[in-house]
Amino acid sequence: MKIGIIDYGLCNLHSISSAIKYLNYDYKFINKPDDIDKYEKIILPGVGAFSDGMTGLRENNFIDNLCGYVHNGGHFLGICLGMQMMLTESHEFGIHKGLNLIEGQVIKIPSEVNSKTHKIPHLGWNKLIVMNNKVNQIAEMNNYVYFVHSYMVKCDSQYIHANTKYNDLIMPAIINYKNSYGCQFHPEKSGQIGLSIIQNFINL
Amino acid sequence: MPSNIRLISRLDIKGPNLIKGVHLEGLRVLGNPNIFATKYYKNSIDEILYIDSVASLYGRNNLSDILAKTAKDIFVPITAGGGLRSTDDVKDILRYGADKVAINTAAVKDPSLISKVSSMFGSQCMVLSVQAKKVNTNTWEVYIEGGREKTGIDVIDWVKEGIKLNAGEILLTSIDMEGTKLGFDLNLVEAVSSISPVPVIASGGMGNLNNARDVIIESNADAIAIANVLHYNKYSVAEVRDHLLNCNINLREVS
Repeated sequence: MKIGIIDYGLCNLHSISSAIKYLNYDYKFINKPDDIDKYEKIILPGVGAFSDGMTGLRENNFIDNLCGYVHNGGHFLGICLGMQMMLTESHEFGIHKGLNLIEGQVIKIPSEVNSKTHKIPHLGWNKLIVMNNKVNQIAEMNNYVYFVHSYMVKCDSQYIHANTKYNDLIMPAIINYKNSYGCQFHPEKSGQIGLSIIQNFINL
Repeated sequence: MPSNIRLISRLDIKGPNLIKGVHLEGLRVLGNPNIFATKYYKNSIDEILYIDSVASLYGRNNLSDILAKTAKDIFVPITAGGGLRSTDDVKDILRYGADKVAINTAAVKDPSLISKVSSMFGSQCMVLSVQAKKVNTNTWEVYIEGGREKTGIDVIDWVKEGIKLNAGEILLTSIDMEGTKLGFDLNLVEAVSSISPVPVIASGGMGNLNNARDVIIESNADAIAIANVLHYNKYSVAEVRDHLLNCNINLREVS
């Protein structure tokens, strides 16, 4: 099994690579776009601002190869910002184009829903509400996982494998297109359950 | 009451050792911090917080080895603090496996460090560590250098400024209650959480399970930092969690 982690220069790759090592798989950091097709699994981690993430991918010429890999049915996992970049566009500090693998937007988490207010970011452990009409789920109902994000994904329900509920606000937590997955939470920071989600992705 | 409450084990470090003091002084060695952290992780702690308690006094940081070992087999968020003075220090400590940094002294001396760390690594990474000592009923003063040096700065003013500069969380330690096991400073936590749009971690003073309940229900803490009662085996993480779940507090359920 060859697992590639995309290194586009801006985020900490330490936690995701430690998790994969702990699960006893080899991984390589990929900094050349042509290398993407050599891997059976591709992981795109990410923290920080959307535009910085897209700029990182663009400047390293990853976009075409990455999209090609996903459209051809490659196994891809985007984490946090890596998930958000799968969408059409983001409204974080202006409007920025994403990879457009899944039609939809990234919008600021509303701080009030049904006149209940909550803090932003959505931070801490929350549980997954897994859709039971989907195949190849990588998580289980009521799994608790660790979130930290101020922006959320909005897309058609056909792409949503799991949601999470923050007070009265329902947000996508796992999205899917072909064999590509996006996790809004950090599986590499979600204890044994997070590791099992990464393992399930690797097993696909 | 906030949701998604987090239980954080706070491990104060001196050199290679886990230590514990009272009022951030009178330090006593408890053992290898990695062994304690592993135990808490296996018992489903939500986050781990390491503070190198004397680092800022000597201008150095011993945490890198401890962090590197921790990050190999512990997969929950890890915050590191103590003696971090620059964005380069932050970059180093993140490379060893920390997810967030807690900064007190250097931020007071140069508040622009808060916005620099936030813009380079994201505000989720920038935890503003505030050490507060009571002046009178509703006033607290900011202390630096591991609680040894006063600053004349009002805690509420400082928290407001830190948030303006994009701090992502507030780690609020009560010097008065720290190590006493007499409960959190409820007024302090309430005063800070009522003006803070970002999460507030209450630290210092937990002695029994109802102390934890009170600071969440009465003072709106978003997270609690637990040290003594875990280190001395008075309670397990699971006992704290179960008690809070029984009080209808929203936190992670562990099967």
